[in-house]
Amino acid sequence: MGAASPIPATGVFLHQQKNPSLRVSRLHKRQGNPFTEGSRELFDLAGQGRIDLFFLGGAQIDGEANINLVRADGRRFPGSFGSAFMYSVVKNVILFREEHSTRVLVPKVEFISARGDPAALLTGKALFSWQKDKRRFRLESVHEPGDIRKETGFSFDGSHDSALTPPPSADELALLRGPVAKAIAADYPDFAKRVWGIN
Amino acid sequence: MPAMAVVRALILQEKRDLRLLGVPVLGLCADLLIGAGCVAEVHSSAVSLGEAGLAPRFSEAVENNRVKVVDATCPAVHTALQATEKGVPFMPLRGVLGSDLIKDRPDWKVLQNPFAGKEDPILFVRAIEPDIALFHARWADEAGNVWVGRRRELATIAHAAKQAFVTYEEPKPGDMLEDELLAPGVISATYITATAHAKRGAWPLGIAGVYDIDDAHLAHYAKEARTRAGFERYLDQFVCTTAKNSSPA
Repeated sequence: MGAASPIPATGVFLHQQKNPSLRVSRLHKRQGNPFTEGSRELFDLAGQGRIDLFFLGGAQIDGEANINLVRADGRRFPGSFGSAFMYSVVKNVILFREEHSTRVLVPKVEFISARGDPAALLTGKALFSWQKDKRRFRLESVHEPGDIRKETGFSFDGSHDSALTPPPSADELALLRGPVAKAIAADYPDFAKRVWGIN
Repeated sequence: MPAMAVVRALILQEKRDLRLLGVPVLGLCADLLIGAGCVAEVHSSAVSLGEAGLAPRFSEAVENNRVKVVDATCPAVHTALQATEKGVPFMPLRGVLGSDLIKDRPDWKVLQNPFAGKEDPILFVRAIEPDIALFHARWADEAGNVWVGRRRELATIAHAAKQAFVTYEEPKPGDMLEDELLAPGVISATYITATAHAKRGAWPLGIAGVYDIDDAHLAHYAKEARTRAGFERYLDQFVCTTAKNSSPA
């Protein structure tokens, strides 16, 4: 997992609770980081195809699954980081952005930091799958009822009467509020405090 | 580990027209130098303050065309330095195809893989030879070796640069290359031009196992640097100060 990704990290830790053999490498980890060959090791690992899943985000994400981390609307953002490389060498890339708005989800990004074929696009409001042959997203589910097309700047396939994303089960909620919250608090204290009230 | 004590000294000496290379990214040191008017050009995969958010002086300077940016992606920076380490003019790298980054990089070329039987475009990046490597290390010993532990990208920078200047946290007696446990984390004195002792020289950033990032200070900087006036206030308080060391002990 890349840096500054508390929500993807939470999802991955929940998954790891259910599948303890899953190996998770956190770039954000301040102590006990898994890499010993410097900051290039992650990219060497990925280049060999040894990273199965990675998360990427963007200041803008467009309907062709391009991401932009450089500039938009006259504003300068930090830059592309490793995205241009990771997007094409890692087999499963999940695009994640909590903000779901026409500002973020645009018809065409102003700058293509990285292009690739994602496994999915997940936002704070909806889940999309990616149709590689059509190079178009398909709406799978929305987290709450509402007009998701109005809040999305690009067009996509899928029924207007979309399914609701299933909420976490009681067991999953217990894991999230217990061991997962504790693990996240070590790396993301502010996030854990805000979401679970952990100090 | 940025040599923050040196960054503050560069600002005090009013250095101008510096060209910064992020390996592979830049943070507080670049934002301070840019805000203080020391920088003409930034080559990096990103400039950010990490958890503290965007780098405000960098964003402001780029949005107003006061600093030239050459955008990269992390592994391309590592690869270009590794080419210099090996003394070869370029190296190939997978991925990156389809990114607009390539359009602005005359030193990156997409060529056919010469060993493939079928069409196989691949990116070639030209070697980067920095003028100066500058970083902070945990130890320097009497033989002039420095210890950076697992931060091996610092060794790559030192190997690739024409000169390497290193500040260090603590002096170490003897020769670390004679200690089998320490040696793998050492950069040999062969590559080091000069060292200087700077206790807490990475502050307000951290050095693993010695002191953590000063998150509160970084958050304070991020807030102040949102405005020109706030940034000047920060410089007066923590950089352009008569105190020998502005860091809290």
